[in-house]
Amino acid sequence: MTKPSNTLPVLQMQHIYKSYEGVKALVDVQLELYPGEVHALVGENGAGKSTLVKIIMGVIQPDSGEILFNNELVKMDNPQIAQKMGIAAIYQEASLFPDLSVAENIFLGHEPLTKVGAIDWRKMNEMAVKPLEELGIKLDVKRRVVTLTIAQMQMVEIAKALSFDAKILIMDEPTSALTSHEVADLFGIVRKLRDAGKTVLFISHRLEEVFEVADRVTVLRDGHFVETKPVKGMTREELVRAMVGRNIDNMFPKLKVKRGELVLEVKNLTKAGIFNDISFKLYKGEILGLAGLVGARRTDVATTLFGIAPADSGEVYIDGERVSINGPQKAMALGMAYVPENRQIHGLVLKSNITKNITLPVLKEFSKALIINQRKEAGRAQEMHDKLEVKSAGLDQLAQELSGGNQQKVVLAKWLSTRPHILMLDEPTRGIDVGTKAAVHELMSKLASEGIAILMISSEMPEILGMSDRVLVMCEGRLTGEFTQKEATQEKIMHAATARSLANGDTVLLKPAEKA
Amino acid sequence: MTANLKVSKKNSSTLWSRFSTLRELGIGVVTLVLIILVTFRSNAFLTVDNFRDIFMAIALTVIVACGQMMVIVIRGIDLSVGSVVGLVGMTVGMMIRDQMNFSMPLAVFIGIVLGFILGAINGLIITKGKVPPIVATLGTMSIYRGLVVVVSNGQWVDSYRIPAAFLQITRMPIFGVPALIVYAVLIAIVTAVFLKYSRTGRQIFALGSNPNAAEVAGIPTDRIKFIVFCISGTLAGFAGVLWASRFGSVVNDMGAGFELQTVAACVVGGVSVMGGAGSILGVVMGALLIGIVGNSLTISNINPFLRLTVNGFLILLAVVFDTYIYRRLGKSK
Repeated sequence: MTKPSNTLPVLQMQHIYKSYEGVKALVDVQLELYPGEVHALVGENGAGKSTLVKIIMGVIQPDSGEILFNNELVKMDNPQIAQKMGIAAIYQEASLFPDLSVAENIFLGHEPLTKVGAIDWRKMNEMAVKPLEELGIKLDVKRRVVTLTIAQMQMVEIAKALSFDAKILIMDEPTSALTSHEVADLFGIVRKLRDAGKTVLFISHRLEEVFEVADRVTVLRDGHFVETKPVKGMTREELVRAMVGRNIDNMFPKLKVKRGELVLEVKNLTKAGIFNDISFKLYKGEILGLAGLVGARRTDVATTLFGIAPADSGEVYIDGERVSINGPQKAMALGMAYVPENRQIHGLVLKSNITKNITLPVLKEFSKALIINQRKEAGRAQEMHDKLEVKSAGLDQLAQELSGGNQQKVVLAKWLSTRPHILMLDEPTRGIDVGTKAAVHELMSKLASEGIAILMISSEMPEILGMSDRVLVMCEGRLTGEFTQKEATQEKIMHAATARSLANGDTVLLKPAEKA
Repeated sequence: MTANLKVSKKNSSTLWSRFSTLRELGIGVVTLVLIILVTFRSNAFLTVDNFRDIFMAIALTVIVACGQMMVIVIRGIDLSVGSVVGLVGMTVGMMIRDQMNFSMPLAVFIGIVLGFILGAINGLIITKGKVPPIVATLGTMSIYRGLVVVVSNGQWVDSYRIPAAFLQITRMPIFGVPALIVYAVLIAIVTAVFLKYSRTGRQIFALGSNPNAAEVAGIPTDRIKFIVFCISGTLAGFAGVLWASRFGSVVNDMGAGFELQTVAACVVGGVSVMGGAGSILGVVMGALLIGIVGNSLTISNINPFLRLTVNGFLILLAVVFDTYIYRRLGKSK
């Protein structure tokens, strides 16, 4: 059926289940790896790829299911067992020792010894060259790893894995920090590994890379196994459809709102190494969805517009006038509000109560001569609290005691109390239960109908499709798609979200995002 | 298919290059410059006698700094070494007081074992108790120092009550060189070889370089930490015996503040405070540099109280330089 050759699989995973606190990360997932193949693992954010890999590496254990290595049942209780069996993960610099040399890193723990039991440095340095040479890499093995580029560190990782006689090498988004030249080098090495009978498990969001280097591909969706097929003969559309095809029957209804005037226009906004040439318009009463994969730099665009990290070039116009937003105060004065992605770190003062959190940005409204009128303040807080139907034990309750959904409501309440014209929401319903999600969406619709312009950054496809009047798509810092609500489909959005670059074809080397 | 193997440019790497990096070269240059400058200022400097004095002055620091260096490499610090010197010195002193026939090798042996035990206690507090090294050794620093008074009952061991043979432990000439200096050199060599040529030695550096990766890489992190603190304690214990021998008397506050000198020697000697990097050669040169500065201040008749200030200034300079190099060479993200 899909066997590359008549050999036994080196790794088989069957009926794997894994849940975290009620969230089903993996449901009846299977995976079959053969020696001498490059196997891609794809899926949207949250599809379960990382969880599956962690199970293979022995970092976490499945709730149920079987793992067979060379047809023998195994239990991967810890990473050491996985390593002994010959499973290696290529993590880039995370698992190398920067102050030690390349040769030392490759041989740490199993350095060659002289007859008296001392480390044989000369032999170690000579032996270190071999695996690197087999991969076609020229590197001074005496250099300390800290002086290497990310691409070179990856090579050292691979060489290290080979020195442990690894059979399966797992690479998780290995090309995210590489130039196109280095990617080509890496793929050459991946092919060499395959030809030498190794298995490379390759996780990537970049579909063109899957088509370029993989033999077979396994698709996961929402924690479920979709299919495993040979890459040859597959079209990009088929792959995308496998990744996103789902029944969207819980789309949240959006009120039809008449679009008002142009309130925000962004032209050629650029921040070197982060995002490039971003231009779009935002109208009163509309919800503009900004879709893309993690790392697309959508949050960076929002924080730049809000003045947290100014751009290098480009123009921003609010209500037709050119503005320069050099800080959040200025942004707020212009009527902007930004509800951040990480509500606990950037949105709330966890140890403060609800009142203080809600009124924080508008304290001036209730204070005369430096003294806050507490009654007025509490009044406003109560008003917002009720308007958003925050479920709490009272205004005095500390923010950290609230549930995720209610915390998000408090953050929204806070920003709504500034009466913004332009509201930017960054993943507004992430990690929130379905009920509160619906409530937040209703609120968004209401706000839009009141004339507020909303920019909604979201990684959840149903939310993008259900709530947006228009959809913009970003990929790696560039705008790669724009659709009206009618035009937008999951496939189109996913295509645009995984398109590597637009016109020129050369890649901008982006600094790796700080948080995945 | 492949190009010719270019593993090392010259097959005969010198002894120096085998044990050092750019950092030690830098310190060496600075030391040389300093020597030249001081020689111009005073011709009492460049004499065998004077240098012997310098080496004697830094020998104890070098011995204990060899252990401190390993602790700093694994991102820790041993603040208790001064108190270990005191406690071991006092204990051994009490034992040999008035015992003119006490076996000297036994005295030394007892000191070493006691030092090992005190170091092992540190190791246990840190690995089993999960207490950070700085906190643990701060605690034991006080505890051990307190025990000195308990052991001595508040008394001292005056020089006339110490057996002559004991005083000879540090003074007897070995091939013309005072024994203390020979001990320091031997310990430095043994430690350097251990760190460079043993697997455990490399694991020490790995642990300090990337503690997170160390666990995953199968390095027995707790065992390494324990070993390192045992070594530090043992060397401090040995130094305690030698201290009593060198100064010929044992007092309750002997070794107080000594830990800072060992840290200074390491830091000036290029041991990175971020962990993972450093060399014994550097430590020796660091101690030497500090010793020369102190000596030259004395010779030049500069105010002796200035010494502490200059010492502190040197350390600061070294750390600034260290951080600068660290940032230049690595983390170029």
